[in-house]
Amino acid sequence: MSAIRLSPAAAILRHGVLVLTSAFILVPFVWMVSLSLKSPGEIFRATFSVLPAQFYGVDNYAKAITSVPLPGYMGNGLLVCALILAAQILVCAPAAYALAKLKFWGRDFIFAMVLVGLLLPHQVLSLPLFILCYKLGILNTYLALVIPYVVSPFGIFLFRQFFRKIPDDIVHAARLDGLTELAIVWKIMVPMALPAVIAFSIFSVVAHWNDLFWPLIAVRDGHLMPAPLGIMAFKNEEAGNDYGPLMAASTLVVAPLLIAFLAAQKWFVEGMTGGSVK
Amino acid sequence: MSASLPAVSRLAQPAEGAAAKLSSRVSLPRRHSFYEAMWGWALIAPALVFLVVLFFLPVIGVFVIAFSDWQFGASSLSFVGLANFREVIFDEGFRASLINTVVYVVMVVPGTVLAGLLIALLIESSHSCRALYRAVHFLPFMATATAMAISWEALLHPTIGLVNHSLAALGLPVANWLRDETTVLPVLAVIGIWQNLGYAMVLFMAGLKSIPLDLYDAADVDGADHWLDRLRTVTIPMLGPVSMFVVIVVALRAFETFDTVQILTQGGPGHSSEMLLYTIYRESFEYLRAGYGAAVAIVFLAIVVALTLLQARSMDKRVHYQ
Repeated sequence: MSAIRLSPAAAILRHGVLVLTSAFILVPFVWMVSLSLKSPGEIFRATFSVLPAQFYGVDNYAKAITSVPLPGYMGNGLLVCALILAAQILVCAPAAYALAKLKFWGRDFIFAMVLVGLLLPHQVLSLPLFILCYKLGILNTYLALVIPYVVSPFGIFLFRQFFRKIPDDIVHAARLDGLTELAIVWKIMVPMALPAVIAFSIFSVVAHWNDLFWPLIAVRDGHLMPAPLGIMAFKNEEAGNDYGPLMAASTLVVAPLLIAFLAAQKWFVEGMTGGSVK
Repeated sequence: MSASLPAVSRLAQPAEGAAAKLSSRVSLPRRHSFYEAMWGWALIAPALVFLVVLFFLPVIGVFVIAFSDWQFGASSLSFVGLANFREVIFDEGFRASLINTVVYVVMVVPGTVLAGLLIALLIESSHSCRALYRAVHFLPFMATATAMAISWEALLHPTIGLVNHSLAALGLPVANWLRDETTVLPVLAVIGIWQNLGYAMVLFMAGLKSIPLDLYDAADVDGADHWLDRLRTVTIPMLGPVSMFVVIVVALRAFETFDTVQILTQGGPGHSSEMLLYTIYRESFEYLRAGYGAAVAIVFLAIVVALTLLQARSMDKRVHYQ
């Protein structure tokens, strides 16, 4: 495709269509930021503009941070994402190494289990997981937000694919060097499969930062809520009328991922498409 | 890589000596395979335990709940066969939910796939602003759906929303988009397309890159030098397998829509925007009807598994193809 040189008319048409679709994509973002800078009076006025007539941003953002515990919600989200990711890598990398490089009885059966796990949407399991968390007495704690995700079949699958590409000679050499199998996982395999680890990390953090379904079930306390659940609670409390601070809160929740994405686009695209895009 | 390679030459000799000593007592291959098996089990044990506890037992649990009269807090249960499924199937709410979900998916998938394909083709047809366009269109796919739903609600607000303002300014009829039974599902579908078209786009862009340039040269020689001919004779046929994959992946994502329903409509007005995942959540955790919720979850699981298996088959085809 890239070899084509477009005629001027075609080039204009290309930009015309893409500017239009870009506008469609960007409107909700622009509107969110725009409302977050406006005063209540201006939001409810019949006329409108993108830029605020009177800059009200400081008040809205201050309210989103102080009267709503938004920093707390975002801190919860960060903590939960970090705990989930750390647990997933700790659990999945050794398992993937065993599946990729070691021969043992039952290996193929366990790999089949991983593939079946890939099939299962987490939401279907939510009722038994809720009961499990209840029995463990961890409902309404950070643990309830983390425990269901400590193993990721996708993580095991992805790491196994990458580990298999690492030559066996390197594993043999490391063994002769006196490394235990566990040391081989952390000192050889994981560093060599770093692209997979980064892609998986992005996938995991994006999924759990944005997740609403499970936190809605697992926690009720305001001070435990991750960001999406927190802004949902804020919206319900305000009955959706205090748009300025609500939009400021939404902007603050969306911003970290978008900034990270713009800084590392290639990694995000790879991570979010599950390595199917190279 | 660089750290581990010198180790091969450095340690090859002493290790051979050690191996020779060992082999006098136990044959090396057997001892080694035992060592390897022990490590294999040790390394996989945590993952295996969690897989069983967090995936396989819960799946069995869903089936047990769906086929029994178990309720929250009950200490015993008895199996009631298909009673929960019978209740679900004859329930107007569930049927509305299932139909809405299918209608929603049928609107989102073609919209997303065609928009994604068109945008991918346009972006890849020239170098100018390529990275910018790609980044912009991918944004909604990672933006927190809850937060963006709140922004959509403001856009669609009947009196102060940009959508109605713009329509009124153009002299077109306005609507209360999220409170009107006839508009709510199409509006949710537009938001679904908005969220996913960037995903379809990057998958298609990867597909476009994998088309060998020789094919375009060959088409050129055969007289297909107009861009439309190239599209028809090379690009579209070569994207066939990728398209199948994109359709199923987007369908899977559309079936799993929850956040926009929860934030924007809560299934209303009436049942007109209720979708399967929202039904599972509300019946299980708000109405505490465990048997009902589990039965719907199994219907949902069946759909998702069927689609995923289709996807696996289409991936296989793609591999054979190359």
